[in-house]
Amino acid sequence: MLELLSYGDSGWGDEIIAGLSVTLSLALATLPFGLLAGFFIALAQNSQDATLRAAANIYTTVFRGLPELLTLFIVFYGLPLFLNAVYGLFHPAPDLQINNFLAGMLALGTVFSAYAAEVFQSAFRGIAKGQYEAGTSLGLSWIRTMRFVIVPQLLRLALPGLSNLWLILLKETALVSAIGLPDLLRQTGIAARVSKEAFLFFGVACLFYLLLSILSSFAIGYIERFTQRGEKI
Amino acid sequence: MNHSAHSTYIARDKIFTAARLLGVFLLFLWALLAASAAYAVVSDYATYGKYFATFLRGAGTTLLLVGISLLIGAVLSLPLALARNSNTLLPRFLAYCYVYFFRGTPLIAQTFLVYYGFGGFREFFSTVHLWWLFRDPFYCALLVFSLNTAAYQAEILRGAIASVPRGQTEAGRAMGLSPLMIFFKITLPQALIIALRPYGNEIIIMIKGSAIASIITVFDLMGETRRTFSRTFDYNTYLLAALMYLVMVETLRRVWVKLEQRLTRHLLR
Amino acid sequence: MKSTLSKLVTLVASLSLITTGSAFADGHLRIGTEGAYPPFNNLNADGSLTGFDIEIAQALCDEMQVECEFITQDWDGIIPALLANKFDAIIASMSITEERKKKVDFSEKYYNTPPAIAVAKNSSITSASVPDLAGKTIGAQGSTTHSNYAEEKFSQSEVRLYPTPDEYKLDLENGRLDAVIDDVVVLSEWVNSDAGNCCKVVSTLPIDPVINGEGAGIALRKGEDELREKLNAAIKAIRANGKYAEINNKYFDFDVY
Repeated sequence: MLELLSYGDSGWGDEIIAGLSVTLSLALATLPFGLLAGFFIALAQNSQDATLRAAANIYTTVFRGLPELLTLFIVFYGLPLFLNAVYGLFHPAPDLQINNFLAGMLALGTVFSAYAAEVFQSAFRGIAKGQYEAGTSLGLSWIRTMRFVIVPQLLRLALPGLSNLWLILLKETALVSAIGLPDLLRQTGIAARVSKEAFLFFGVACLFYLLLSILSSFAIGYIERFTQRGEKI
Repeated sequence: MNHSAHSTYIARDKIFTAARLLGVFLLFLWALLAASAAYAVVSDYATYGKYFATFLRGAGTTLLLVGISLLIGAVLSLPLALARNSNTLLPRFLAYCYVYFFRGTPLIAQTFLVYYGFGGFREFFSTVHLWWLFRDPFYCALLVFSLNTAAYQAEILRGAIASVPRGQTEAGRAMGLSPLMIFFKITLPQALIIALRPYGNEIIIMIKGSAIASIITVFDLMGETRRTFSRTFDYNTYLLAALMYLVMVETLRRVWVKLEQRLTRHLLR
Repeated sequence: MKSTLSKLVTLVASLSLITTGSAFADGHLRIGTEGAYPPFNNLNADGSLTGFDIEIAQALCDEMQVECEFITQDWDGIIPALLANKFDAIIASMSITEERKKKVDFSEKYYNTPPAIAVAKNSSITSASVPDLAGKTIGAQGSTTHSNYAEEKFSQSEVRLYPTPDEYKLDLENGRLDAVIDDVVVLSEWVNSDAGNCCKVVSTLPIDPVINGEGAGIALRKGEDELREKLNAAIKAIRANGKYAEINNKYFDFDVY
C-alpha cells in the first residue's frame, strides 16, 4: 500500500501531489477574480439605476440557482463558442482557443462571484449612511470614499461570509475533474482505476481535501483576528 | 431593499448615465441569450419537445433522489445534533468528526469513495447482505447524499436548538414536564422555526448537488442532459436543462418564503 | 508568501491562456485523442501516449511531413473540443457515423472492427442475443457507437453509461454490471490481460452500418477539405508502402482495416 502512494515511477505520490497543486492554484486563481466580480455585481445591485439592478439580479439568481456542475459545462463548452462568435465579428476565421485551466477558473469564478455579491450586499447594508456622508464632506471623490472609508469596513463585515465561500470553493474545484482538468480528484481517480485500489485512493483524496479545509480554517481564524484588531478595547 | 442608503451618493449625474448604459447593455445580452435559445427551441420544436419529455423524467429522478435523501438526512440529523450538544466527550467527539468529514470534503469525492471504493468490497457486503445497496448506483447516490445532508442538517439544528432561550426550558421544568417532553414539545418546535431559512437553503444546495449523481451513471436531469448532449452536441440542451433547474429552485425558494411567512406570522407584531 | 505569489504569477503566465491560430498551415498538426482506450490509444505510466491510433497518426504525420502534437481530451467532450479549436483532428478510434457527420467531417476509414459483448467468467449469459440479455444490466462508454448500439438493439436491458472504459471494467468485475459492450479488439485485449482475468468475451455482434458506421476515421472541423484530402492520401500511402501492415502486425494477429 505504501508503495502505491510512494513518490516516483512505481507509486502515484507524485501524480497526486501534482493534482493537489492544480486544485490549489485553481482555487487561488479563482479567488481574486471571483471577489472582484462579486464586488462589482454587488455595486450594480445597489445601483440607483433599475436596469443595472435588474441585470445584476438576474446574474445572481441564475448562477446561484444552477448546479455548479452544469455551470461548469455551460461555461466550458459555451465560452469558446461565445468568444469566437464575438471574435468572428472582426475576423473572418475566428480561431480563439481557451485553455482548460482558464475555462475552469472562469466557470468557478462565475459561481463564486454570484455568491460573493450576496455577501457584499449584506455587508453594504451594515455600513451606516453617515460613513458615505463623512467621506463626501471631507471632499473625497466617490472612488476615494470607497477606497479609504467603505471597502476597509466592508471587508471586515464580509469576511465571515467570504471565508465560508472560500471553503466551498475549495471543494467545488473537485468538479473540474469532470471536464478533464488534472486536479486532485482526477489524479486519484486515475490511480484508483489503474491500481484497482479505489477505496484507498479516493480515501486519500478525501483526506487531502480535509487537510486543505483544516489549514484554511486556521488561516481564516488568523485573518479574522487581524481584521478585528481595531475593534478591541 | 435595493435602495440602500448610500445609493443616492453613488448616483451622481455622470455615473447615472454610465450605469444606465451598462444596465441596458447587460439586459440586452441576457435578452439575446434568452431569445437565441428560444428561437432554437421554437424552430425545431419537435426535437426539443422530445428532449423536454426525457428531461422531465430526469427531473423526476432528481426530485426523488433529493426528497428521499433530505428525509433520511433529517432523521439522522437529530441524534447527531444532540450528540454534538452532549455533555459526554465521546459522542460529542464522534459527532464532531462525522460532521467535519462530510462538510470538509467535496460531495463528488464522497460519492466516488462510496461508489467505486465500496464497489471493491463486494464479497464483504455480500456476506452481510448489503450488496443490493451498493450494487445500484441510485442507492449509492441516495446513501451518500443522505449522509452528507445529515451532517449539514445536524449543524443547522444544533445552532437552532442552542438559540432557543434558556428560559423556555426552565419554564417547562417549572411546569413539571419531563426532559423528553420539554425537548419535543417546547425546544424542538421553536428551533425548527429558527432553522426554517437554512433548511430552505440546504434543500436548494441538495437539488444542485444532486447533479453529481449523473457521474455515477444515474440518469437524473443532469444525466439525461449529458446523454442527449453526447449524441447531438447541441449546446441548447444545456440551456434547456439550466432553465429546468432554475424553475425547480426558484419555485422552491418562493414557496419556502411563503411558508416561512405563514409559520412565523405569530412572531409579527 | 511573496515567493509563493510570484510563483503563482509565473505559473498563470506560463499557461498561455488564450492563443489563436489554426496551426496546420505552418506544418504543425494538433491531434486530439482520448488516452483511455487500449490497445488503440492509452497513456503510459510516465504520461506518454501509446497504441495503434497513436502509431498510425505518427505514420500519417511522417507521410504528410508535418509535425504532430497530441492533446488528450475526455471522450464525451472530444467533438466539442475539436469544434472549439482545441485541436485540428481527432484520431481516437472514432467511428464514421451519420449522426457525427452533422457536426464534423471525416477522412476515409483507417480501421473497422465489430462490437462485442463481454461478461464475467462464471456468468449465466452464454450468447449475445436479445433474450439472453433481457432484464440484464449492460455497461458502455457514453457517447460511443457502442452505447447507441446497446440502447437501440437491447431495449429490454438496462444500459448504463460510463465516462471511460476503465469504469465499466471495474463495475463488470465487481458485479454491478452483467455485461459490457465495446469494440471486440478492446475487450479481447482486456480479458487476455491480468487486469481482465475476471471476464470473457461471449461473442462479437453483427455490425449495423447505420449505428456503427463505416469504421474508424479521422474527424475534422467542417470545411477543412485540404487537410482531409492530405490525410486520405496519406492513409492510402501507408496502406501501400507497408507501414500500415507493420503497425497492424505489431498490435494484432489479423488485419483490422
